[in-house]
Amino acid sequence: MKKSIVSLYLIVVAFNFSCGQDTVNQVTTINDIPFHEELLVDDLTIPWGIAFLPDGEMLITEKSGNLYLFKNGERNKISNVPEVYERGQGGLLDIAVHPDYKNNGWIYLSYASEDGEEKGGHTAFMRAKIKDNSLINKELLYKGSPNTTKGQHFGSRIEFDNKGYVFLSIGERGARDDNPQDLTRDGGKIYRFYDDGRIPEDNPFLAIEGAKTAIYSYGHRNPQGLIKNPFTGDIWDNEHGPKGGDEINIIKPGANYGWPVITYGVNYSGTPITDITAKEGMEQPIHYWLPSIAPSGMAFITTENYGADWKGALLVGSLKFQYLELLKLDGTKVTDRIELIKGLGRVRDVVEGPDGLIYVGVEGKGVYKLVPNK
Amino acid sequence: MKTFLFLYFTIITSFSIFLLQESELEASMQRGSEIYADFCVTCHLDAGEGVAHTFPPLAKSDYLLENREASIRGVKYGQQADIIVNGISYNNAMPNPGLEDEEIADVMNFILNSWGNSSDKIVTIEEVESITK
Repeated sequence: MKKSIVSLYLIVVAFNFSCGQDTVNQVTTINDIPFHEELLVDDLTIPWGIAFLPDGEMLITEKSGNLYLFKNGERNKISNVPEVYERGQGGLLDIAVHPDYKNNGWIYLSYASEDGEEKGGHTAFMRAKIKDNSLINKELLYKGSPNTTKGQHFGSRIEFDNKGYVFLSIGERGARDDNPQDLTRDGGKIYRFYDDGRIPEDNPFLAIEGAKTAIYSYGHRNPQGLIKNPFTGDIWDNEHGPKGGDEINIIKPGANYGWPVITYGVNYSGTPITDITAKEGMEQPIHYWLPSIAPSGMAFITTENYGADWKGALLVGSLKFQYLELLKLDGTKVTDRIELIKGLGRVRDVVEGPDGLIYVGVEGKGVYKLVPNK
Repeated sequence: MKTFLFLYFTIITSFSIFLLQESELEASMQRGSEIYADFCVTCHLDAGEGVAHTFPPLAKSDYLLENREASIRGVKYGQQADIIVNGISYNNAMPNPGLEDEEIADVMNFILNSWGNSSDKIVTIEEVESITK
């Protein structure tokens, strides 16, 4: 009898607790963290992008313009890196490795570049090969225009899908009323290319007069996370909103993600940007963060290295609150948010290596490896 | 009479210099506020309040107001140092924002004269130029 009273009490308490909590917009901490972090590469100012070659060698970009190849515990600086426009959020940005690197040797870089006639810079997209610690066969695949001296919103994440296309994000370059909703202008877009930079024949805006034909989706603010969902093949992004409007979106061809017509955020000063959060013909995010975490980097956990429970979960870096966020998913619905490695520093990038382990780029520190506790 | 004239002209001259500087400062602060909204606001926030333990405040910041040269250097070249601001220590890196000297002078004038801060001396391009790494 006593036992049943206790268990009834526990059930009631647990029930109340679970109902009273809005799990989606509340990040939680856990005690039984299944890993410990190990500083693998130290002394990096802003490790913006991390990518792995098939044999486990790691490429790291530093925003200031350095590219490193890390192997067998040794760091090699790669020379002949393109000259970058280091201003505001601009610099050497993301790096990606071709899915068929073994046969073709291509790596892909994004960076802020002054190429072009106008003063300022815009996001550029390049592929190249590495030989003797130097970049060779450099091919400029795309360059946003016109240049601007604005320091914001270069976007710049690179991701391949399963069909041979490569995606690139470019943020709206601090011109929210000019760029994101205008298909004839660069910025505030996600672009899709063949791996050699050609425009796919079925890109959605080829028929629109004056449109930039590389555009795949628009109405974005500043996507600094772009990842193929390895379970569905879809491309997901995370993007910086204004104050209170950071989002996760699933990228669909031709879709408009609404910035700045719809947003859950407000200006940094607290004044409103728009009074609507939804509109016909504009996509809703699958998740938005309130308050903003300033998301950067994105990775799915595809293994059970950190426990069966975490397989399929999404990882996102937080620049603002300086932690790594784990988002548990039920399909496309976020069901739980967990705060990891709090306080190490601004988390700029997170990737899953070919070994199935998670690597995290932290500003002012370096690259950490999350080693499972076993 | 001579003394009066001398005093009269001295006062008029200093007053007009004062007014001229005021408007020069105001114009610089106006340009600086746009730089601030572009490069600084995401971390140091709208009222210069920062985020305790993460991004140091600029509003009524003892570090800023007492270390003018080091503050300009930080804006010019970026900064990675342990600093103590209003009793709280900060060890984050501030990346080089990549501003031109004129923009640095403008944003410094804005920061040094906003949110309760005030500075008696305007930051000039020459002053920014003279500060080296």
